[in-house]
Amino acid sequence: MTGTTARRRPYGVKGAPYAFLLPATVLFLLFFALPIGYAVWLSFRKVEVSGLGLGSGARKEVWAGLENYTDALTDSELLDGALRVLGYGCIVVPVMLGLALLFALMLDSEKVRFTPVTRLAIFLPYAIPGVVAALLWGFLYLPDVSPFYFVLDRLGLPQPDLLDGGPLYLALSNIAVWGGTGFNMIVIYTSLQSIPAEVYEAAKLDGATPLQIALRIKIPMVAPSLVLTFFFSIIATLQVFSEPTTLKPLTNSVSTTWSPLMKVYQDAFGKGDIHAAAAQAAIIALATLVLSFGFLRAANRRSKQEAAR
Amino acid sequence: MSSLAVRKARPAAGTTPGTAQGPPLRRRVALLPTLTLLLGAVYCLLPVAWVVIAATKSGRELFSTFTFLPGTGFADNVSDLSAYRDGVYWQWMGNSALYAGLGALLSTVVSAFSGYALATYRFRGRETLFNVLLAGVLMPPVILAVPQYLLLAEADLTDSYLSVLLPQILSPYGVYLARIYAAAAVPADVVEAGRMDGASEWRIFTRIALPMMVPGMVTVFLFQFVAVWNNFLLPYIMLSDDEKFPITLGLHTLLEQGANTPALYTLVITGAFLAVLPLVALFLVVQRFWSLDLLSGAVKS
Repeated sequence: MTGTTARRRPYGVKGAPYAFLLPATVLFLLFFALPIGYAVWLSFRKVEVSGLGLGSGARKEVWAGLENYTDALTDSELLDGALRVLGYGCIVVPVMLGLALLFALMLDSEKVRFTPVTRLAIFLPYAIPGVVAALLWGFLYLPDVSPFYFVLDRLGLPQPDLLDGGPLYLALSNIAVWGGTGFNMIVIYTSLQSIPAEVYEAAKLDGATPLQIALRIKIPMVAPSLVLTFFFSIIATLQVFSEPTTLKPLTNSVSTTWSPLMKVYQDAFGKGDIHAAAAQAAIIALATLVLSFGFLRAANRRSKQEAAR
Repeated sequence: MSSLAVRKARPAAGTTPGTAQGPPLRRRVALLPTLTLLLGAVYCLLPVAWVVIAATKSGRELFSTFTFLPGTGFADNVSDLSAYRDGVYWQWMGNSALYAGLGALLSTVVSAFSGYALATYRFRGRETLFNVLLAGVLMPPVILAVPQYLLLAEADLTDSYLSVLLPQILSPYGVYLARIYAAAAVPADVVEAGRMDGASEWRIFTRIALPMMVPGMVTVFLFQFVAVWNNFLLPYIMLSDDEKFPITLGLHTLLEQGANTPALYTLVITGAFLAVLPLVALFLVVQRFWSLDLLSGAVKS
């Protein structure tokens, strides 16, 4: 950061930062601010059809007030979708981040072998598109081609239908956990690496075991990056779209409104009711912000209490 | 700047003066962590290994032979896939390369401009502008994508290459990374020295600052490349002409058609295998240059 030299600057410098920021600002206005504003505007409007809805004057857009919002909040499809995604998120976020933390701690411990290979292998799913990941796992869930069913069959064990009922949640969660663990592991591992080695020395002198060091020193010290990964995981989970959409052709249990975002898509392009879709999208955005920032505040308050003790 | 291949020198155990030398056992491999990581690696590689092997099987072998037994039909599968609808598969691959390559390049340029300005100048509205740009990262893609579609429809731009390319150029995350990186990599006195020599602001940026920012910008480029290549929602909403589909959307439609006709399974599987190759190859080649510690904002200045 400079700034201290501002007083001596020639006149031409003043406009420079604005010029550098011009492309980003224009793109932001066109592709972020304008669409958001437009979506909010649409969410307060509706189409009124008079008569049979034929002719040019028969359909007109009118002000709807909060009607779209009350409709959305009482829409059982949207609420069911929200519950499904909450259940899904309650599996994905803890399991994914738990595994990410575990792997990061293991990578960071002493005398571990094969770390370059295992680290790369666990990170690899990050490079694979969600659609392709869902497709690969989808095939692994299909009894005809899956190695799991082959093994279960040979062992004479029961073969559950992974694409229906309760197991469907696990099947979908598994795809997200598989895809996201490596990335979060790297974030946590990186912040583990930035802890100076001297910090552990005192604990070692006191005879602390590696487990105690991990629980009492390492985890508290990487708490900020855990909070960050949690925050982004909540946002990503609530917006799940491509994985269930990809699994849909393989099973009848994934409806076109399985997740709230799929419902928005369905209403906007399936039914052509952009006004309802806009209101739903606004509610989802608001719920996402409330949940993710609520979490952030709770985490901050907790860390302040810890510090005060 | 450490990368994926980051390594930290720790004093070897047992060398600390004053501690008792551990028993010989302590020099051995730590079994539990090593096994845990190997299990994790197997879990992550399993679907990839499966698709590699399944892509070699002919339609008949796919259902009759053991899953992890290689088949004999890889060449046939690839030629079948290439023949599918006059080679539309390769068109999808080319489209993805275009969207991700060009999109990531433009995105990196915009991020570099913005990050440099935010890091090296002090001006009115700097933090406000930065926070507003960052807030974009929190917006659910669908609340953006649906109205983006409607607005682009007004401009008659939907179902075009531009409709997928343009909305992905500005990456709030890229701007954030570029700012952190520029603040760490471009020393204030170097910029000031350039000014003393009478260089224009533009010249200082292109000749002095930009070369210093290259490693960070490689990271921004790669992140954005992966993000655009993997994006599904935006092209799903914007496009209807399958000649313009990226590979993610193409595979999705292929699966939709193939789900009820097991004869098409081999096409989908081979297509998935080939679609994974470019990104995995990219990763293996460039993973040494990735400065992933940027992610946690841990830049040592």
